[in-house]
Amino acid sequence: MLRIDARGLHYRELNHLVRQAVAGGESDILLDHVNGQRYIGDALKGQVQIRIQGTPGEDLAAFMDGPTIRVEGNAQDAVANTMNSGKVVITGQAGDVLGYAMRGGKLYVGGDAGYRIGIHMKSYRSQVPVIVIGGRVADFLGEYMAGGVLIVLGMGKEEESPDRPLAGEYLGVGMHGGAIYLRGRVNPHQIGKEIAPTELTEADHRLLRTELTEFCQDEGWDLEKVLEVPFLKLVPLSLRPYGGHYSY
Amino acid sequence: MMDESHTWEDPPQAAGKGLSHSFQKDISNCGMAGLIHKKGGRIGGEVIIKSIASMKERGNGLGGGFSAYGIYPEFPDLYAFHIMFEEASSKRDAESYLAENYTIHKSEPIPIRPLKVISSPPLLWRYFLEVKEERMVYLFPELDERDFVMRSVMKINSEIPGAYVFSSGKDMGGFKGVGYAEDIGHFFRLEEYEGYLWTAHQRFPTNTPGWWGGAHPFCLLDWSIVHNGEISSYGINKRYLEMFGYQCTLFTDTEVIAYLFDLLSRRHRLPLSLVCQALASPFWKDIDRLPEEDRSLYEALRMIYGSALLNGPFAVLVGHHRGLIGLTDRIKLRPLVAGIQGDFVFMASEEAAIREISPSLEKVWSLKAGEPLMVELEAQAC
Amino acid sequence: MLKTALPSEFHVDIDHRRCVRCKRCIQNCGFSVYSFADGIVPDHSKCVACHRCVTYCPQQAIRIEHRPLAFRQNANWSPHHIIDIWRQSLAPGMLLTGMGNDLPYPILWDHLLLDACQVTNPSIDPLREPMELRTYLGKKPDLINILKRREGGFLLKEALPPQIRLDIPFLFSAMSFGSISLNAQKAMTMAAKELGIVMNCGEGGLHQDLYPYGDHIVVQVASGRFGVHREYLNAGVGVEIKIGQGAKPGIGGHLPGEKVSQEVSQTRMIPMGTDALSPAPHHDIYSIEDLRLLIYALKEATDYKPISVKIAAVHNVAAISSGIVRAGADILHIDGFRGGTGAAPTIIRNHVGIPIELALAAVDDRLRQEGIRNQVSLVAAGGIRSSADAAKAIALGADAVALGTATLIPLGCNVCQRCHTGNCSWGIATQRPELVQRLDPEVGAERLTNLLSAWALEIKEVLGALGINALESLRGNRERLRGLGLDAQTLGILGVKPAGR
Repeated sequence: MLRIDARGLHYRELNHLVRQAVAGGESDILLDHVNGQRYIGDALKGQVQIRIQGTPGEDLAAFMDGPTIRVEGNAQDAVANTMNSGKVVITGQAGDVLGYAMRGGKLYVGGDAGYRIGIHMKSYRSQVPVIVIGGRVADFLGEYMAGGVLIVLGMGKEEESPDRPLAGEYLGVGMHGGAIYLRGRVNPHQIGKEIAPTELTEADHRLLRTELTEFCQDEGWDLEKVLEVPFLKLVPLSLRPYGGHYSY
Repeated sequence: MMDESHTWEDPPQAAGKGLSHSFQKDISNCGMAGLIHKKGGRIGGEVIIKSIASMKERGNGLGGGFSAYGIYPEFPDLYAFHIMFEEASSKRDAESYLAENYTIHKSEPIPIRPLKVISSPPLLWRYFLEVKEERMVYLFPELDERDFVMRSVMKINSEIPGAYVFSSGKDMGGFKGVGYAEDIGHFFRLEEYEGYLWTAHQRFPTNTPGWWGGAHPFCLLDWSIVHNGEISSYGINKRYLEMFGYQCTLFTDTEVIAYLFDLLSRRHRLPLSLVCQALASPFWKDIDRLPEEDRSLYEALRMIYGSALLNGPFAVLVGHHRGLIGLTDRIKLRPLVAGIQGDFVFMASEEAAIREISPSLEKVWSLKAGEPLMVELEAQAC
Repeated sequence: MLKTALPSEFHVDIDHRRCVRCKRCIQNCGFSVYSFADGIVPDHSKCVACHRCVTYCPQQAIRIEHRPLAFRQNANWSPHHIIDIWRQSLAPGMLLTGMGNDLPYPILWDHLLLDACQVTNPSIDPLREPMELRTYLGKKPDLINILKRREGGFLLKEALPPQIRLDIPFLFSAMSFGSISLNAQKAMTMAAKELGIVMNCGEGGLHQDLYPYGDHIVVQVASGRFGVHREYLNAGVGVEIKIGQGAKPGIGGHLPGEKVSQEVSQTRMIPMGTDALSPAPHHDIYSIEDLRLLIYALKEATDYKPISVKIAAVHNVAAISSGIVRAGADILHIDGFRGGTGAAPTIIRNHVGIPIELALAAVDDRLRQEGIRNQVSLVAAGGIRSSADAAKAIALGADAVALGTATLIPLGCNVCQRCHTGNCSWGIATQRPELVQRLDPEVGAERLTNLLSAWALEIKEVLGALGINALESLRGNRERLRGLGLDAQTLGILGVKPAGR
């Protein structure tokens, strides 16, 4: 295992060291005292595990293709931006615009997340991106989603903001592919008009169990507790949600 | 309401500054940080400098600045005017105006440390002022002292070429210029000041690079604003404020936020929580769903203050004597994170900037869209 | 004997190979163009190019062509000047016309461009993110009066004066029952209800059938005071004092006796067949303090509903507006020189008044300079042709725009300018029962709802591009407009920078 002390390092230096290490065959890297450095894991390819202690900066794992990153702490905005494959596990909370245009791989967040999670996620052939948020999310979840799986558990630190709902408003606006699974209920007015709730099938239950088993393992949670509450599934009504808006 | 030099026939044509429609406006894309000690405990400027320096990526070195509260305990009741002068004649004219209207208890250059990276600074002076009562009564018998001071600031900024008052509050000051924030902080020797409330800003201007007045914070009386974002409603916010005697002369949209707080909170006496609701109103569909008493209040607030609504992405930190406010736009297009550790409350564009100066935090969270976080001093800071 | 031939402008071209002699054209034409004599025979001189026959011919056998007689080219003495002089030498009367100014004066909307956000500010997706077009018309106080609640929070201490809520920033302009048919008014009223806006019933009183739609009607009090009684005043959500309109500033209304049918007579409370003449001024308003008197008389009569004052845009519109606001008006409705009418002398329609673009900018500036802009809402009108015009009007300072001509076009109107004859083949500007019955109010309402819904979507797209998600951030935000091909003076009056700055 290679340990890199990131204290005082500019992101260019830090990421250069990481890339060098990966090119040199390192498969297990620990980044210590990270605080605000951007672009960690950016366009990184290969079978490598990176552990981060501290608070990584914006665009963690952007365009990443393959590696696994584990953050022991909180992350900021734009994690897994256009990520192609690989895995990011965050034990704490994360910010806004996570998984924007994500095309594959997995993003797990143990705590709460912010606004615009999973915008324009898309799946392509065998690549199906998955985002699991253990806590709650804010408005615009899955905006413009075109494919993939988005799961929100809402099991946050209750004492911090107990009346915060599981998800915000404008849920799934513009969604035209993929599926959103919410653990619990939301009010009808929160749901975008392009989507509708639907019954879970056997396949859905299997998918949830598989995915959440892995999530609970990574985050140290009790799977049975998670599966206690029934899930709500939201899917798009049409591939062309705005066809009627144009007069020719 | 406008002072004697204006007539209603011509639109305001103040010597190239503050022309009502012909102006250049800059945008405020950047990073910010702020901290407050709830019991009024004072700390040195090096702490906030460290925080803002960690967000260097968010600026481009063309603007940085700080506000500090509780830094002039020896002059608690005097207005501390920080003024930048482009030339000696500006200083002369400004000083003669000040001497006419104020008793100048002290006047001195703002202490600086010359740095290679800070080139061609303007003349930077500070004055500790007391309003001449008889002058105020003679000119504007119906105003109160703070209106008088506000008008002085507007007058100097719009009518004395090359002079800009960049802070005008009691026991507080703004420090800003062209350069990375941390360099500006060292330039102004902020480590020598002790304050209970600090805000800082790292700027990325695209329109008026090289102009010291354009950096943040924007200060008026004891308000200071640092802002990340762009106000797309600026054109109407500005025209609304002009109706009340504010002149937007500093070519930056952030200016209107400072004046809106002054207008709605100080002059219209709205509680700060409602000021924030007016500037970042809930959506009509959410207002319609409220219980009737609340609904009619929020509906009326929006109807009356529609021209004060701030549209476009923004996150702001507003400092004032009693505390610090953090606010974002109503669809949260800009980041703003808060953290608590002991008696300190921190707010910044990135969590990492807070961790830089407080590695452990009891609580850390992101603000919600359009919902202010208001931190008030627990006791009178003295 | 001196012969003068007034040449017909249009030529009715019938493709007799397609014609099946169903005689629908004869039935449909309100102007008696067609007769039958072993085939359809048109009298070209009567054709006004309203296209009713073209639309309803099942064989598409009819074309109307513009076929004026040839005159020698003369940039000064154009044919219409010559023909107008012939007309007036034949009969000593003023030339009369309908609809709005058709002369090629510059259209300032076509020299104004809107901004869009890029890089430094994100544009917004109106289809996915919230976009608010709601606006309230009425007087707003300078500041809000609140009380602290014992249990925490705040309460409104003093309610605002009543406001008129518009879900989208449009109104249907005042067109009187008399100048247009009841069915046309019904279509407007039903559409107003559907859209969450209001229509103005004009100066001809309010027909009984429309009373149930009161929440979406503004009633008008003009100089003739037709049909004005206490129930009428309280029937709508507001009352408008009509001082003038853009098409004919300074002169009164004129409804020819032919258009005063039984129902019109009942609604206006005047005898059938008499001309309904509205005097030039209100004879109780000879000076600004008289206007104040009338405004408050109406407020007292309606328990303080919002009172609108409608004026034409003329040279000193800014000063007049200031006076009107100080006289107590809650809404100021300004109609530019391109506004339409059912009947007006051509000389007034074409040569009197100023463009709404300049009037609106000047009034908005003046009210702000005097610190009284919040005391009224501004409604702009006079040739608003599209959602683009409307967006630009709002950026200049309007709270909402009123649509006249644009309201009639969905009902079939193609601006033939013959409203004053009362022969409108589409059943809009007529009282002839056989013509009126052609206009199905429900179909008409659907057309109007389609149009304004489409315009609302377009305005949302514009707002989204501007990075704005609430209408009040566009209102008066001239910074988001640029002028193209305008001189510095005009730009100064509009308060708009030239494109490139």
